[in-house]
Amino acid sequence: MVRVDGNGTSQSLIQVRNLGKTYRRGGEDIHVLQELNLDVDKGDFVAFMGPSGSGKTTLLNLLGGLDVPTRGTVTVAGDEITHMSAGKLTAWRARHVGFIFQMYNLIPVLTAFQNVELPLLLTSLSKAERRKHVETALAVVGLGERMNHYPRQLSGGQEQRVAIARAIVADPTFLLCDEPTGDLDRKSADEIMELITRLVREYGKTVLMVTHDPVVARRADITLHLEKGVLVEAREPHSIAAEV
Amino acid sequence: MAIPVIYNLRSVKARWTSAVVAVLGIAGTVGVFVAMLSLARGFRATLVSSGSADNAIVMRGGATTEMMSFITVESVKILQDAPGVAHGDSGPLITSEAVAVAPFPLKSTGTDANVQVRGVSANVLTIRKNVKLIQGRMFQPGLTELVVGKNASSSYAGLTVGNTVDFGGGHWHVVGVFDAGGSAFDSEVWCDARVLDDVYKRPPNLFQSATVHLDSANSYQQFKDNVTSDPRLNVDVSREVDYYAKQSTAMTRLITILGGLVAFVMGIGAVFGALNTMYSAVAERGREIATMRALGFGGPSVVVSFLIEAFLISFIGGALGCLAVLPLNGLTTGAMNWQTFSHLAFAFRITPGLLIGGMIFSLIMGFVGGLPPAMRAAWRPVAVALREL
Repeated sequence: MVRVDGNGTSQSLIQVRNLGKTYRRGGEDIHVLQELNLDVDKGDFVAFMGPSGSGKTTLLNLLGGLDVPTRGTVTVAGDEITHMSAGKLTAWRARHVGFIFQMYNLIPVLTAFQNVELPLLLTSLSKAERRKHVETALAVVGLGERMNHYPRQLSGGQEQRVAIARAIVADPTFLLCDEPTGDLDRKSADEIMELITRLVREYGKTVLMVTHDPVVARRADITLHLEKGVLVEAREPHSIAAEV
Repeated sequence: MAIPVIYNLRSVKARWTSAVVAVLGIAGTVGVFVAMLSLARGFRATLVSSGSADNAIVMRGGATTEMMSFITVESVKILQDAPGVAHGDSGPLITSEAVAVAPFPLKSTGTDANVQVRGVSANVLTIRKNVKLIQGRMFQPGLTELVVGKNASSSYAGLTVGNTVDFGGGHWHVVGVFDAGGSAFDSEVWCDARVLDDVYKRPPNLFQSATVHLDSANSYQQFKDNVTSDPRLNVDVSREVDYYAKQSTAMTRLITILGGLVAFVMGIGAVFGALNTMYSAVAERGREIATMRALGFGGPSVVVSFLIEAFLISFIGGALGCLAVLPLNGLTTGAMNWQTFSHLAFAFRITPGLLIGGMIFSLIMGFVGGLPPAMRAAWRPVAVALREL
């Protein structure tokens, strides 16, 4: 169950308390996030919406340990990440977070297989085990036959599928999607959202997604709006099944 | 685990035009570095190979070169009876030597260059066993005849068998050519020491050095102790090989310092080339680096990854530089030997150690050129890097 009032239980997978982020530009403090609270349970699918500059990506970066807050805490699966050292945070990201970016962010000189294998290089899996995991992840996203293709040999939708396979291959605690369909046509966007929805429904993944697209946001269990630095529930949680 | 090396290999391949600039800069620097040092090595090797471990050279006490020394025939006679001196069919194996410098025109330029003329004893070939006559015959004692080293014969006009040359007021016949195994003697002209003294109007029976062939290399200390403690003699004794090694020191140091200076200046340019290449690599691949760091690769992994790339570029540059100068190995050139004021022919000597030194130099340039960009890539805030894409 997703809550934004700060009254969630300690059992929540993700707990955000009084989170604040302030940037300083041109001698002026810009308070992007202010006293933000959020509770997300395992298996939740949350969409964040809001106008440009509202702090959606900043929030995602803070949740993913890519940035540090000015104040407040983020706790994931019992680990309070806001005070971790850079080294520990890097290791934590490798273990707990799967990133899906708008521009896919695949490494152009590596094949689809090698791109998906990257997160596994940070684990103790053997080469054979890594191969098995990569093949499984690529099969899940429907690209088992394209594992030796380079990103330039794939369409945008296929590149994003590879990126999704890379995000799930190490079985992270949750997925962070930053405009995952922002660079795709409607048909490809629908396919990608179908895939992400399937990851939530069939594989029980927890997904937090930033989007500008209301159609895409409707796929989520709940859509939260960022307004003046705090999260506001846009609508009642809805069933994924009812939307699909 | 580190970022896979295949990423670096393919990244270099994908951006080969930029990498080529750095590779060529490093190759040029390493080439000059190796070539200059091979010149110094060749010069030194040529002089060192002139000496033999079982020969001792005797000069006046305090003299550092033959040009500054003199030794009387009486002293030579005392040396003949010293312990440790080897004997041949015709008696003690000692060659009393006088040296002079004579100008001969270089075949290559037509200009005169000084050649060392060495007056020796007739038994010199039994003392310097690395010297072999390869053409003609040995000079006859008492006659103005010359045998010339093979480099001297090939470098100077007129020093061929059957020719006659004039120098020192004498009229000399070239009767033979000898091969001294690539040593400094190959650049010399030899004649009878007494005739040389006579032609140059020096006091009779005065030489500049005596080279003694010892029973064995182990006899050196006994011989030296004996002659240096003999009150009738005022001489210094050196192993012949040490004497020539010492002779090479000044020139070798000069070439090494000059070569090092040139290589250092070029190295600065090459490092800037590598810096430019690696900084542009970091700038162009900001997204890739930020993504890998988001995936969980740490700053040290990124540093190592970019250093591997810099090392790869510098290794290729180093290898190319070494390969480019390899044909110089054995190529004969010449320079003034300031110890004898004569022209000395010697060959570039590119040794495995020198090539390893060149490769290490290239890797140092890669490290210096690769580290700052690698650090920049590794410690740039990931969120900032992702936002600026």
